[in-house]
Amino acid sequence: MKHSNIINHPQFTREGRPVAFSPNILNKVQSLMNRYPEGGQKSALLPVLHIAQEELGGYLSVDVMDYVAALLGIQPIEVYEVATFYSMFYLDKMGKYVIEVCRTGPCAISGGEQILAHLQDVLEIQPGETTPDGVFTLKEVECLGSCGTGPVMQVNTEYYEKLTPGKVDRLLEELREYANKNKPGDSTWVKKFC
Amino acid sequence: MLKVTIDNISIEVEEGTTILNAARKIGGKVVPPAMCYYSKLKGSGGKCRTCLVKVAQSCTKDTRPMSKLVASCSTPVQDGMVVQNLTSPEVIEARKGIVEFLLLNHPLDCPVCDQAGECDLQDLSFGYGMEETATDDERREYPMTDIGENIKLHMNRCILCYRCVYAADQLTDKRLHGVLYRGDVSEISTFINQSVTNEFSGNIIDVCPVGALTDKTFRFKSRVWFLNPMNAHRECTRCSGKVAAWMFGNEIFRITGRKDQFGEVEEFICNECRFEKKDINDWVIDGPRHIKRQSVISANHYEETKKQSLIDPIEGKMHEQK
Amino acid sequence: MGEKILLANIDIPGIRGFDVYRANGGYAAVEKALLEMTAAQVSAEINRSGLRGRGGAGFPTGLKWSFLDRKSDKPRYLVCNADESEPGTFKDRYLMHHLPHLLIEGLIISSFTLGVNTCYIYIRGEFKYLVGILENAIREARQHGFLGEHILGTDFSLNIYVHPGAGAYICGEETALLESLEGKRGNPRIKPPFPAFKGLYGCPTVVNNVETLATVGPIVNMGGDVYAKIGRGKSTGTKLISACGNINNPGVYEIEMGLPVEDFIYSPEYCGGIARDKYLKAVIPGGSSVPILPADLILNTAKGEKRLMTYESLAEGDFESGTMLGSGGFIVYDEDACIVRNTWNLTRFYHHESCGQCSPCREGTGWMEKVLYRIEHGQGRMSDIDLLVRVAKNIEGNTICPLGDAAAWPVASAIRHFRHEFEEHVLHPAAVLEKERSLIKFF
Ligand SMILES: Cc1cc2nc3c(=O)[nH]c(=O)nc-3n(C[C@H](O)[C@H](O)[C@H](O)COP(=O)(O)O)c2cc1C
Ligand code: SF4
Ligand code: SF4
Ligand code: FES
Ligand code: FES
Repeated sequence: MKHSNIINHPQFTREGRPVAFSPNILNKVQSLMNRYPEGGQKSALLPVLHIAQEELGGYLSVDVMDYVAALLGIQPIEVYEVATFYSMFYLDKMGKYVIEVCRTGPCAISGGEQILAHLQDVLEIQPGETTPDGVFTLKEVECLGSCGTGPVMQVNTEYYEKLTPGKVDRLLEELREYANKNKPGDSTWVKKFC
Repeated sequence: MLKVTIDNISIEVEEGTTILNAARKIGGKVVPPAMCYYSKLKGSGGKCRTCLVKVAQSCTKDTRPMSKLVASCSTPVQDGMVVQNLTSPEVIEARKGIVEFLLLNHPLDCPVCDQAGECDLQDLSFGYGMEETATDDERREYPMTDIGENIKLHMNRCILCYRCVYAADQLTDKRLHGVLYRGDVSEISTFINQSVTNEFSGNIIDVCPVGALTDKTFRFKSRVWFLNPMNAHRECTRCSGKVAAWMFGNEIFRITGRKDQFGEVEEFICNECRFEKKDINDWVIDGPRHIKRQSVISANHYEETKKQSLIDPIEGKMHEQK
Repeated sequence: MGEKILLANIDIPGIRGFDVYRANGGYAAVEKALLEMTAAQVSAEINRSGLRGRGGAGFPTGLKWSFLDRKSDKPRYLVCNADESEPGTFKDRYLMHHLPHLLIEGLIISSFTLGVNTCYIYIRGEFKYLVGILENAIREARQHGFLGEHILGTDFSLNIYVHPGAGAYICGEETALLESLEGKRGNPRIKPPFPAFKGLYGCPTVVNNVETLATVGPIVNMGGDVYAKIGRGKSTGTKLISACGNINNPGVYEIEMGLPVEDFIYSPEYCGGIARDKYLKAVIPGGSSVPILPADLILNTAKGEKRLMTYESLAEGDFESGTMLGSGGFIVYDEDACIVRNTWNLTRFYHHESCGQCSPCREGTGWMEKVLYRIEHGQGRMSDIDLLVRVAKNIEGNTICPLGDAAAWPVASAIRHFRHEFEEHVLHPAAVLEKERSLIKFF
């Protein structure tokens, strides 16, 4: 990892494009909000942002965040503050499959660094980048709570453990195939692989 | 009433009073420096850690010392508590460490900073600063971002005290800026390009302890120590209209709230008074302000500090702090 | 062969489902507590059991519960801390994955004891697949009358909700967790006030770890006194240890407290010795935040006594020569592991996870990482080593929450015990770089 002293957070713009959940999802959001007491509806922010990210394009655009703010009756800045704090919320368009490789100590001593290097080699991208075909985004993350079965990575919501370069290759192949079968843009999650 | 002893001086305070506020009641040197606490902003404090003190005795019943230094701004006094501020070498050491952390990524651009001469960090580093900073690494740098026509944000100088966030929350109708991201890449920002112009938002300038938020309407940039702060007032429908007018001759360079000896404004003022009324005819001038800044550099001799500035304007660097 | 209390039934097929769990004695503890005991009696059992918090700090659970403000007329909350993000720790995940009902059972009894009617399980967002498992268990429990209104015909009502986090280690700290649960950034709160008085929504709140709460049911079943006889001294009962690193059998083990560390590492029943017949170099026994110890000091204390898996024995010698049991994340390093690289790696973790609220941690973690990075990458100076010690010391104890300490301890302890490796990196950068390009050569 390079050390840069320049902090260059991207600038985002409000495009004003209308976004909305389907009635079904709205029901789900409402029942989520009911889990918290009167006046505590802001509590639903994290769960609702997870849903928004999943349902409304795979990342949290300003418009999506403004929509969530309106749903929960809070200021947009309160959503921006939260969305930028947590590492699972994406602020930019991601690949169909987001590969998050654990880089923390216990995984590293069981070969995690090699797994990351291997992924960089075969995908020809650096952590934080997306393949030109929009299928894979590579990310480094911290401990995934699966250190006994390292090296570990998470693809979307699925855990892949005890990785070897060979296993990674087979998985990538399978995912590529899977991505081709489905229309671009649809957000089918990865099926269990290993 | 609870009895508390700070640096061997005892005082009685009401239940719920923090150590810092008890010390402020005593006044003088026993008052720990506070970079993030602001008595008029609910929830502020606890973050900068410059106000750490040693509790040598917890209370009358429990005469043991507290194991860690505590933040005086957010620790309530207990009856019989004995506190050490400057009398504890441990506190001085820790505070030096904190100053070092605060300066680690601070640009040290004091010579060109609007806040120079009235910056709490400058005061603090003068009082506790290390002879030399231990890092020769590059400092963190944020690109300049615009948050509107009235207020300028220099993120590089920000110490993330959160005061401006509390101020916007508690004084304006709708907060537009906040702390984004986390850790040492956190930043104060509006996230999307938008102006912070809502009523009373100008107060975030006054609460900022450093030069991160400054007044864009400050006419003809001038070192504050060349200006004379005057008490002034006008009839205002939005606020009390009681301000400090920073003048040179008959010209008003900028308007701020009136700051007390702890660097806090007495009353928050509205944006119209602050940004739009720069004509001497807008104001009734009441006379010069006699401020006793609590700061270490200027303790009780603010007038002098104005003249022999901390910063050498030609060399453009801080005087050696030997 | 140590006694199994939590994991006794883990191998029974289908134990995750309600029916099998119930058929094997599940929910008997809930029936006993709700129908035969008063809240005060359950509290007394927990006190007698000597149960200590399994989330890291080891604070006596009964005592913590006794602090809860019962005078307030506000609702009270119980929050289960399932954020498990401490590097090396993966026991809660294992427990929730295989025995979700054990946790639910503990939550019901604890809520009953504390007078709580709403309980939240705050689970780290990455464990999304566990949300389904837990919610399913909650649904089953409700269907069978163990949750909802008038549980088992009593006046006691309880709802449990699962609340996902979204990727932030700091949300494991109890007050950051509460902030996060309120839909805010995970900034730890300034204490006092403590959650027992002002927690979730300003109401009296207890936060406990998954394993702590899962132990409540078995304690009610067997009685606090019986539980207290298991283990050793003030470290009563059993503890889940998640073992990882260069060992033959990584995994989650339930040990009786008091097991010698040596047996834990080398016994085929547990870690099964060091992988690939290498030598043991060092161990971090309680999750990445606790001090690292070299082989000789982890196996035996400085006084020459056998070190045991207890809160006390691991801490023997304080930070000079001891460490902590912490969360039970047992990380083993073999002779090939580079301590400098490992320390840099862990410091990067804390740097990345600092919430950035208070200056020592925000600035200090980044500074230490920068310095460690340059030592590891062959650009270090001799003075950097003492600089690190100084920065760690300036962070320690001066921050809002213990993450500052957690970042400082690994650095301070690595230099304390492995200073020569740091010096080696500074003196012979080329040789060191040649030898290792990563933490370990594996493939
Ligand atoms: C930085 C930090 C991270 C923590 N992470 C966790 C965690 O992931 N899980 C947990 O149970 N406790 C964690 N804790 C400890 C909690 O703050 C709290 O002490 C614990 O949940 C109390 O439960 P217990 O008494 O049952 O152990 C963490 C503490 C700190 C300071
Ligand atoms: S901009 Fe100023 S007031 Fe706001 S957080 Fe930074 S230093 Fe504090
Ligand atoms: S110690 Fe670190 S994580 Fe904890 S409050 Fe301070 S900055 Fe945040
Ligand atoms: S270190 Fe990779 S999962 Fe814990
Ligand atoms: S003033 Fe007390 S911590 Fe900042």
